[in-house]
Amino acid sequence: MTLAKRIIPCLDVTAGRVVKGINFQELRDAGDPVEIARRYDAQGADEITFLDITASSDGRDLILPIIEAVASQVFIPLTVGGGVRTVADVRRLLNAGADKVGINTSAVTNPQLVADAAHKYGSQCIVVAIDAKNVAPGKWEVFTHGGRNATGLDAVEWAQNMARLGAGEILLTSMDKDGTRSGFDLGLTRAVSDAVSIPVIASGGVGGLQDLADGIKVGGADAVLAASIFHYGHHTVGEAKQFMAAQNIPMRLI
Amino acid sequence: MNKIVVVDYGMGNLRSVAQALRAVAPEANVLISGEVADIQSADRIVLPGQGAMPDCMSSLRDSGVQEAVLNASRNKPLFGVCVGEQMLFDLSEEGNTPGLGLLPGKVVRFDLDGQLQADGSRFKVPQMGWNRVQQSRPHALWQDIPDQEYFYFVHSYYAQPDNAEHIVGMTDYGQLFACAVARDNIFATQFHPEKSAHAGLQLYKNFVHWNP
Repeated sequence: MTLAKRIIPCLDVTAGRVVKGINFQELRDAGDPVEIARRYDAQGADEITFLDITASSDGRDLILPIIEAVASQVFIPLTVGGGVRTVADVRRLLNAGADKVGINTSAVTNPQLVADAAHKYGSQCIVVAIDAKNVAPGKWEVFTHGGRNATGLDAVEWAQNMARLGAGEILLTSMDKDGTRSGFDLGLTRAVSDAVSIPVIASGGVGGLQDLADGIKVGGADAVLAASIFHYGHHTVGEAKQFMAAQNIPMRLI
Repeated sequence: MNKIVVVDYGMGNLRSVAQALRAVAPEANVLISGEVADIQSADRIVLPGQGAMPDCMSSLRDSGVQEAVLNASRNKPLFGVCVGEQMLFDLSEEGNTPGLGLLPGKVVRFDLDGQLQADGSRFKVPQMGWNRVQQSRPHALWQDIPDQEYFYFVHSYYAQPDNAEHIVGMTDYGQLFACAVARDNIFATQFHPEKSAHAGLQLYKNFVHWNP
């Protein structure tokens, strides 16, 4: 008996639709969020993550009715991130039905937000999302604003800082790998997973089922996140779970 | 009509709990409420809880519903979830917080530093994700749920009941711990049925129809 590793399909949402980009650009439409979330739930997804990639604050609240609609039909954990700047933003998303809220850029510009949100709502619902780029052998730097701005922060140290401040989980995305379908940055994943005592979700670069398995077996991740291999019907979540279970990775099979 | 009140004292994911109850009991009147009158007139009570135990206990006290919840716990079916389960015990090590004292025992933190899981990876705290529940005792609420089924957990603390007869479910995370407890008209889980897909919905369905 052991805690199962998780598979988390990720839905990038803007203007009420799910989209998926390559290296944070070139967005393609991939469908209705509620319909997709239901499909993943039926396939055995362990959680679902929504990233609100809406650029304008006007469009930001458009995600709330989507989360409400999904949460009334899908009874697995939902994480929502993107544009979270204040404790009030965290509250709005939790009230809409999110179980966890991802904080990315604002964790860098205002680390106190992580501490305040964790204190108020509990660490279990605060996920700090880290976008990291390889800058030297064994070194990764944190980037913000969807990957545009360098911060000078070391990704491993940053993850440790966030855990200390009260983050309950780290969502770790390799910007070098995101959208390339060439696998996770396993060195990055392993370095962060070994450095913190909170769960780490590997993200960015999944092209096939072995990539998911490697994220856990080689990268040491507690969960793996992927978008395009599931959205475009290359694989179902169920197939991915069977594949990983066959490699002795503990999986919740349905 | 079956009136089920999800107790609103300012803590916890009430909507998820209420939506799951509505999904399995469309005929019931599922209400999120912090009103004493609603708790008094309810047929069933769900006590959720999320975050830190000291905050949950002080919110419950300050909201003015603690007495009503204690009264309801004497004879109405009551379901505690997560910190709502932990609050049923005498004491939590988290901030040395006294609980409601409905179940003898205390709540302690996972101490897994340096221990490795079967696959060689380290134990993370909080335990976050799906783990198996071993039905250590038969109970009406386990009906139609397979033994060793997966449920969703998010927690750093867990209850240690003094009375082994109160343990109806166990989970292995570094050690076996009580993840489901029951006594008379009370049932409570450390895991989140409202986030545990089919198995969780079945557990709530069983609760909605439970006549202890």
